[in-house]
Amino acid sequence: MTIEEIKTLSALEIGKAIKDGRTSSREVTRAMLDLIREKNPAVNAYTYIAEEEAMAQAEQADADIRSGKLTGDLAGVPIAIKDNICTKGMITSCGSKMLYNFLPPYDATVIRKLREEGMVILGKTNMDEFAMGSTTETSYYGPTLNPWGEDRVPGGSSGGSAAAVAADLAVVSLGSDTGGSIRQPASFCGVTGLKPTYGTVSRYGLVAFASSLDQIGPIGRDINDVAAVYNLICGIDEKDQTSTETKKLDLEAVKNFDVKGMKIGLPEQYFGEGIDKDVKDVVMQAVKFYEDRGATVETFPMPIVDYAIPTYYIIACAEACSNLSRYDGIKYGYRPEGVDDLMELFIRSRSEGFGMEVKRRIMLGNFVLSSGYYDAYYNKALQAKALIKKAFDEAFEKYDVVIGPVAPTTALKCGESLSDPLKMYLGDICTVLINIVGLPAVSVPAGFDSNGLPVGMQLIGRHYSEQTLCGAAAAFQRENDHHTKRAQDKEVK
Amino acid sequence: MAEYEMVIGLEVHAELATKSKIFCGCSTKFGGDPNTHVCEICSGMPGTLPTLNKSVVEFAVKAGTALNCEITRRNKFDRKNYFYPDLPKAYQVSQLYFPICRNGKVEIRTDKGTKFIGIHEIHMEEDAGKLVHDPFTEQTLVDYNRCGVPLIEIVSEPDFRSADEVIAYLEKLRDTLQYLGVSDCKMQEGSMRADVNLSVRPVGQTEFGTRTEMKNINSLKAIARAIEYERERQIDLIEAGGKVTQETRRWDDDREITYAMRSKENAQDYKYFPEPDLMPIVISDEYLKQVEDNMPELAEAKKERYMNELGLPEYDADIITGSVKLVGVFEKTAEICGSPKDASNWIMTDLLKLCNDAHIAVEDMEFRTESLGEIIKMVSDGKINRKTGKDVLAKAFAEGVLPEEYVEQNNLAQVSDLSAIEPAIKDVLANNGKAVGEYLAGSEKNFGFLVGQSMRALKGQADPQAVRSVLQKLLDEMR
Amino acid sequence: MEITDELIEYLQQLGRIRLTQEEQEKTKKDLGSILGYIDKLNELDTEGVEPMSHAFGRTNVFREDVVTNDAMVDEVLSNAPEAKDGCFVVPRTVE
Repeated sequence: MTIEEIKTLSALEIGKAIKDGRTSSREVTRAMLDLIREKNPAVNAYTYIAEEEAMAQAEQADADIRSGKLTGDLAGVPIAIKDNICTKGMITSCGSKMLYNFLPPYDATVIRKLREEGMVILGKTNMDEFAMGSTTETSYYGPTLNPWGEDRVPGGSSGGSAAAVAADLAVVSLGSDTGGSIRQPASFCGVTGLKPTYGTVSRYGLVAFASSLDQIGPIGRDINDVAAVYNLICGIDEKDQTSTETKKLDLEAVKNFDVKGMKIGLPEQYFGEGIDKDVKDVVMQAVKFYEDRGATVETFPMPIVDYAIPTYYIIACAEACSNLSRYDGIKYGYRPEGVDDLMELFIRSRSEGFGMEVKRRIMLGNFVLSSGYYDAYYNKALQAKALIKKAFDEAFEKYDVVIGPVAPTTALKCGESLSDPLKMYLGDICTVLINIVGLPAVSVPAGFDSNGLPVGMQLIGRHYSEQTLCGAAAAFQRENDHHTKRAQDKEVK
Repeated sequence: MAEYEMVIGLEVHAELATKSKIFCGCSTKFGGDPNTHVCEICSGMPGTLPTLNKSVVEFAVKAGTALNCEITRRNKFDRKNYFYPDLPKAYQVSQLYFPICRNGKVEIRTDKGTKFIGIHEIHMEEDAGKLVHDPFTEQTLVDYNRCGVPLIEIVSEPDFRSADEVIAYLEKLRDTLQYLGVSDCKMQEGSMRADVNLSVRPVGQTEFGTRTEMKNINSLKAIARAIEYERERQIDLIEAGGKVTQETRRWDDDREITYAMRSKENAQDYKYFPEPDLMPIVISDEYLKQVEDNMPELAEAKKERYMNELGLPEYDADIITGSVKLVGVFEKTAEICGSPKDASNWIMTDLLKLCNDAHIAVEDMEFRTESLGEIIKMVSDGKINRKTGKDVLAKAFAEGVLPEEYVEQNNLAQVSDLSAIEPAIKDVLANNGKAVGEYLAGSEKNFGFLVGQSMRALKGQADPQAVRSVLQKLLDEMR
Repeated sequence: MEITDELIEYLQQLGRIRLTQEEQEKTKKDLGSILGYIDKLNELDTEGVEPMSHAFGRTNVFREDVVTNDAMVDEVLSNAPEAKDGCFVVPRTVE
């Protein structure tokens, strides 16, 4: 098969073609690597391209498929991995100078599972440093560009994983989502992303940003691929005591999901002030689709949204400042030469190894935890968390799915938000609440704004309702073609 | 000079005797080459997560129950954040907001009588690594073998007024934790460590004076000396018109002084917050009952039982129950030989002497628990005599020989077969005509001499009772 | 709230970070606006609300007390900037 043919296929279709002998993992992997080599310098979606490892894995996958050892839907299919997920023997830098040379001696649980299923790791994708950002501009490896417009950011922090799929440099990828880091770049890049329920996917081997919020999830061209990858990575893990027993999705039921009778709630605050009109219109149009297909739609007030950003940044920065304290120049990562004083070693390793956004969040985290401020900030945020959970519990008594935009805007211009961190933080208004209470959410391409940039719709469900969410997304994608549109096609036009 | 009173509170760290570390599957074994009991988790690699060891909670609850504490029903772990090379994650997982045990008390006994010491709280946490200063360079080497070994920290109320009370309390804690099997409490290996918070105040004053903290003193003797020194130092300071500074001091056991440690850059702000990577622990009624039902008999109760039910003298009962190791040997020995009194006699006279002569602490002796019982049984069954028994014990103690096998292989079994004894004694009588003659003439004391000669001829392996009766029979026949 | 130079200095100390003069000025301004926004949380009535550290009800997740790891010194030290005699090396620590 040629790369042009491969590019038209979904991950599940590639998997089937390999199994049917119409192509091989080797052929697909080779073609993708060639394309990455050609196109990545412009997009900068990858920080590391795993040429040799991928080809070796592909050969092994072909052999194991022939011998009947591998029988899964995605055996032999290539995948791209966000650079904060530990891969044994492959640099895992988190987009930071601090870990520019870090070679994990172990695989993350999700990587072990993907390998066992014969998925081929193409390489590691670019991200905001330590996943702190919404633009993939804070990476030590330079910014990733959005295939939909070279002056546009791909979103973040999983910008590399989303841009790689959008630019055909991967058919599926893994990202991580702490406050929107899968959903928002998926939205900006016109691809589909799932942030699973907290605990359904093991975090073992995901370099921690904020432990109570982080979750790994898949990004792909359509929801069926995303659901298929989710099935491979979900499940309880004895190495992560916050993980839970999880039912795998019924992929056939996802594909054929009927939204008739589904109750949809629209939080007023998700369509209020600060949300672009184009974004609102596109999402409302998509909601109309559900209504037309027999779902009931109702708007409801959710005033707690106003406190989303403060609560999120307090909790996220507090946990981050603790999680990032281990980078001290002693055990791994960056260490300046010739420092002979211990305190100096700590300070210089960290001051030179971390970028400005990471330092800012470390300082913010230290502030909200320090004695004298703990109660007013951190403890208050934990109280707000309880109220947010209550608000969602009440919403889900009435609705099966809550729908809103993923982000207030479409992809921003490069450099726009770097100078004003508060403005960047405010862009997370629609996504962070979900992480605070651990809910699942899907980002689905819903249309385009007046500049031709993709707009994402966010479907939010109860804990462990991935089956319903993916089904609702599949129902939309069955009859709408926004997710099939490609930036590359736009260029041709 | 005013009369001063000393006020002391203790923070005792005890390493729990679990097989694996608190949050990973690495061994807790003491010693080993640097970083050989270390994995990606306890070395704080990016992306790793802790997994809580079930036994840690069980051991902590056991300790709290034995120390009369209230057990916290809903527990959480917290992170204590600070930078130091012995702490690879730069935070220690500990418990601040919900410690597992609270409000306990321990009865101690000193020359001045008995007294209760309050336990403020007990919490679970992880140990840090070890720093070794390289003498040849300006560098420090970091070894994480101890990193992640589970600890309980037992925080007392400031209830101590003398070094004697402190020592009595530490001995009591050590005995209790050892009896429970939750810690081996070896101070020299650092598995039990005490931080001493000490202040002085004029007698009659109710508010506390300014305290100093002395960290990680590693023997009971050193603790007693450090307390005396620090008391004197603080009183001298106050008498001279000075003020005690609140600080951390280190005890130098060679110079017998305490000195102030270089104070940290600024007051520590540990930024405690709930550990998000671990789920809360809920202690149920059933769990508590199970722990209570399975509590082993502790020293006091054991001592009473040894005296009242087994008839041991108080002195013996006291010595034996003072050491978990001896209790183990005693109970096994009594079980095998069937006589607690014999068991205690042999331990008190023979086994302890062997330890003493070999300069081995009782806790450190590597003595097969069954051996003493087997020896005593051989003696009481008449298979060997007491003298041989002592020799075999010495061998078993020093070389670990198996008693029965050793007796067998070295033909030490006592000759009680009369047909084997008689010819030998006949020879003795034939060779000692003079003594025999005098005996027959009425000199009774010659009987003893002839017994001795017979025993020697039988290489000491004959049952003395049998020798006497055969000898008597043969002599009677000669009258 | 007002962000003082002392607070910026203290936060650098807590995080073992040293900013340039210029970065300090910028940070002062940024933290000021961020904390200004965060203070909005004070408007939220949380009277009597139990702080929620864990959003999920799961409790008592344990590992059995079993030793599963063999020595792996090479892997543990494989990323160390400086190692010697099986140990990580740091500048001399002083007490």
